[in-house]
Amino acid sequence: MAPSFDHLRDADVDEDDYDEDEIDISDLREKYEVQLEQGYDTFIVIDGLPEVTEEQKPKLVKFLLKKLTQVGKTKEDLIYMPMGKDGKSLRFAFVEFSSSAEAAAAVRQLDNVPLDKKHTLRVNKMTDIDRYGREGRVDDKYVPPKIEEFTEKEHLRYFLADPSGRGRDQFAMYRGDSVGVFWNGEKDTPETIVDRQHWTESFIQWSPLGSYLVSVHQQGVQLWGGASWSRQKRFAHPFVNMLDFSPGEKYIVTWSNRPISIPDEGHPQLSLDEDGKNYVIWDVETAKPLRSFANLDLPAAAATADGAKPPPKFPWPAFKWSADEKYVARLTQGSSISVYELPRMNLLDKTTIKIDGVMDFEWAPATPQREGVKQYEQLFCYWTPEIGSNPAKVGLMSIPSKQIVRTLNLFSVTDAKLHWQSDATYLSVKVDRHSKSKKSQATTLEIFRIKEKGVPVEVVDTIKDTVINFAWEPKGDRFVIITTSEPAGPTAVPPKTSVSFFCPEKAKGQAVGNFKHLRTLEKKNSNAIYWSPRGRFVVVATVANAQNSDLEFYDLDFEGEKPESDKDLTANLQLMNTADHYGLTDIQWDPAGRYVASWASVWKHTMENGYHIYDFRGEQLREEPVEKFRQLAWRPRPATLLSKEEQKQIRKNLREYSKQFEQEDAERGASADLAVVEARRRMLDEWLAWRASVDAEVEEERLDRGLPANPVEGLIDQPEDEEEQQVIEEIVEEVIEETEEIVS
Amino acid sequence: MRPILLSGHERALTQIKFNPDGDLLFSVSKDQQICVWYAHNGERLGTYKGHQGAIWTVDVDPTSTMIASGSADNTMRLWEIKTGRLLKTWDFPTAVKRVEFSPDGRQLLGITEKRMGHLGTIVVLPIVLDVNAEQSDERDLTIVCDESKATVAGWSYLSKYIIAGHEDGSVSQYDAKTGELIDNIPIHELNMQVTDLQWSPDRTYFITASKDKTARLMAARDLELLKTYPADTPLNSACITPKKDYVILGGGQAAMDVTTTAARQGKFEARFYHKIFEDEIGRVRGHFGPLNTVAADPTGKSYASGGEDGYVRVHHFDKGYFDFMYEVERERQNRL
Repeated sequence: MAPSFDHLRDADVDEDDYDEDEIDISDLREKYEVQLEQGYDTFIVIDGLPEVTEEQKPKLVKFLLKKLTQVGKTKEDLIYMPMGKDGKSLRFAFVEFSSSAEAAAAVRQLDNVPLDKKHTLRVNKMTDIDRYGREGRVDDKYVPPKIEEFTEKEHLRYFLADPSGRGRDQFAMYRGDSVGVFWNGEKDTPETIVDRQHWTESFIQWSPLGSYLVSVHQQGVQLWGGASWSRQKRFAHPFVNMLDFSPGEKYIVTWSNRPISIPDEGHPQLSLDEDGKNYVIWDVETAKPLRSFANLDLPAAAATADGAKPPPKFPWPAFKWSADEKYVARLTQGSSISVYELPRMNLLDKTTIKIDGVMDFEWAPATPQREGVKQYEQLFCYWTPEIGSNPAKVGLMSIPSKQIVRTLNLFSVTDAKLHWQSDATYLSVKVDRHSKSKKSQATTLEIFRIKEKGVPVEVVDTIKDTVINFAWEPKGDRFVIITTSEPAGPTAVPPKTSVSFFCPEKAKGQAVGNFKHLRTLEKKNSNAIYWSPRGRFVVVATVANAQNSDLEFYDLDFEGEKPESDKDLTANLQLMNTADHYGLTDIQWDPAGRYVASWASVWKHTMENGYHIYDFRGEQLREEPVEKFRQLAWRPRPATLLSKEEQKQIRKNLREYSKQFEQEDAERGASADLAVVEARRRMLDEWLAWRASVDAEVEEERLDRGLPANPVEGLIDQPEDEEEQQVIEEIVEEVIEETEEIVS
Repeated sequence: MRPILLSGHERALTQIKFNPDGDLLFSVSKDQQICVWYAHNGERLGTYKGHQGAIWTVDVDPTSTMIASGSADNTMRLWEIKTGRLLKTWDFPTAVKRVEFSPDGRQLLGITEKRMGHLGTIVVLPIVLDVNAEQSDERDLTIVCDESKATVAGWSYLSKYIIAGHEDGSVSQYDAKTGELIDNIPIHELNMQVTDLQWSPDRTYFITASKDKTARLMAARDLELLKTYPADTPLNSACITPKKDYVILGGGQAAMDVTTTAARQGKFEARFYHKIFEDEIGRVRGHFGPLNTVAADPTGKSYASGGEDGYVRVHHFDKGYFDFMYEVERERQNRL
């Protein structure tokens, strides 16, 4: 029975047994005692203020207050600005906030904020000044930092030296719960280099030069590399969703949709500065965060016709890198672009670039070389929609000068997409235009010739339909587009598409002629374009489509006869091969442009997951169904170290080299065949030996038991009389052919 | 290799069996009747009527005198082949999933289903191979499978062992005299049911098929795993061809999943693998449902397959089938 007041005996309520004062309640006291304000936790010190007189002081205080109230609660009379004997301020101020957290926030957010051109705020906690600023607090004696002993790191590019001497490419496969890296074996089973269970939690990715394999975990991302596949770096961004490398893999951006929250006990890599942020930009070499950013508030997505609002789409990559990784920029849609300088991650010229209405921007993928421009520059292009009576605009801006190099006015624009050619020679702007009634759509391509004087723009306006896909030839000057007459609606069957090829006309000398339509293939289902990374070859495919799944391999420099109509064009189009890969969801070329992998990922559907490998001509080399196949990724290669001349030399002597390689291939094929035959011979021998041993054993056992050789001996009556046997003959007539002949 | 299409059943086939001479083919299906066909032309000889539930299994005795069948009506029955006369009915508490005559025809084993509180068992009954004799109700042996129920079972050489395949993917070896469990090896993936078990002509080794998409060749004496044949679909049946060193695998997308996937997805093909080299050699298409059972003619001239689609297809091999040889096999033949 539970004790209740009624059942209490006198002994239970006897209070005289102990003395109240003797009870040790210090622990409770510590826990619950009201903390009186003490110390200077809520105070900050602002340095770097301009010198003001008594009259100017209230103005400055007011100005400061505006900034301070953005981060915490404070009042005018809580700002104390001491004045010197000469009646001028001493250029610093004390500020009290309502809580220490606000004071900390002020230090975080206001430190290093420019007040005007001459003055930059330096904000510190009062307690910090107390701690470090006093005499004697910092040791006078210089203690040199301990330099860690040099340990040789693993060679991150060892993989370029294929042990078999064949220059094979590697690829990573993520299937089931395991991730493996393999040498491409063409027709043969890929040779395993490493295979680990639970290597990653969500996906894998290669760094852009192939040095690292990235695994993604709840705790952050890890980089793996070297011959032993050891962990090279880790970036502990909790609940990371996405990551992006700079082009030279010096920096990495990680993003999580959950704001970072730094626990009280701290975080091994991140500091309080990162608290509440979504993006972290890291230095790969040191594995230290350079700067972090919070998500931008996204403009509310336009409500669709049925009133349902689509969830806001986070643009990815949010931070875009210039080709030489000197700058990284982020778009604030509709108002500005913020360009940061690396490695300090400070805002270029301390301000964002205001561009009214800016919708999108894109860095040139290579350092541009404009005619007549000598000094260093990076370029990015952007576009703005029509605002009021102002036309839509496409602009090119040079960084760091922030000079607008070229603008182009456009009318009746619904949407625009920016496509740089890989050498930054051309920029194609795909402009979707609507007619005046806004009922019909058409697309024009505005092609900027970046390297030519004055950046001339060429317009391709012969396209009648909507362009749904566009792709430049890498390092080339041709492109492929896919168009459709009707926009892809909610119907189950996607509309038919057309694939068109464009190339420049032949021109004299070095010049590149006008872009001309080469050919259009109609009534297709294709929706994706994959150029070989070396150009010339292109795969046009239908991906992630329930009904169709074809791949078409085209050669744009076919060495056969050229049709008369194309004689002025710089391309000779030939369909080399078609293939079908049911349910394919992704396609990727290997970095050398020799092979194409296509795969059906379980992320999209569960039917016939697995991969195919084709050569560049579209000959299927390998087909492997793999259960729970998720992802395939070719390992990228860094740029070649050979000079232009050396490359030319190789191209010239290709025939000799190929002779050698062909011979090697043949030898290897023969030896592989030999190995297979040998293995079969061994299997056959083993089998026959096993059979012989079993036969002998069974025979012995049978004799031991005295059983007959035929277990049913004596059970079947042998027909005694031969005559009793009947022979049944069955005659089947079959009319093979019937001809009728009329005899006159 | 034009197949003969036997369309005598109205529902999914469950098992087909050739008699030892290879001239008769017995087929059972869920439509409650047993059919017997001339194997060489597909003419139906007759049916055996009496079962009142889906028939799961059938077997012919070594002398082609009688057949035994097991059904979901909880009976095992013995029939005279020649006349279709029902010779004997054994009643059980649950369905009979598998029957097989011993090599000498003197015993018959049956597997009963685990259901309604009854554990799965393997029973062995004595048989008198005389159509006029009285068959006994006494059991020679009862093996209770308390770990995982047996799904398939058969007699080894000299009736020495009873080998059973289980629902959990393991294979057991029992002493056929005492019923004592000698060995149990998890040979297929855990909880991937063993769906079929068929013997080599001399019963020294056997092939198992499983839902784990593989078929495996094992030795009867020590359950040594000899070969593995991987497929890309759950397997329902596998058999070993006499004369040529092949195995035939049958399966396909589970019947209940078929309608939810495209036709090309089904993989309703009989697959031929080389028994020794484990290579897939070819496929035979034709069924439009999963293959539930495949059987090889003991004379090696043909094979038959029964599908969920209700058809039995009998294929007589062409010359190419007999002539085909791997280089190493030809080499050996030339040497001898």
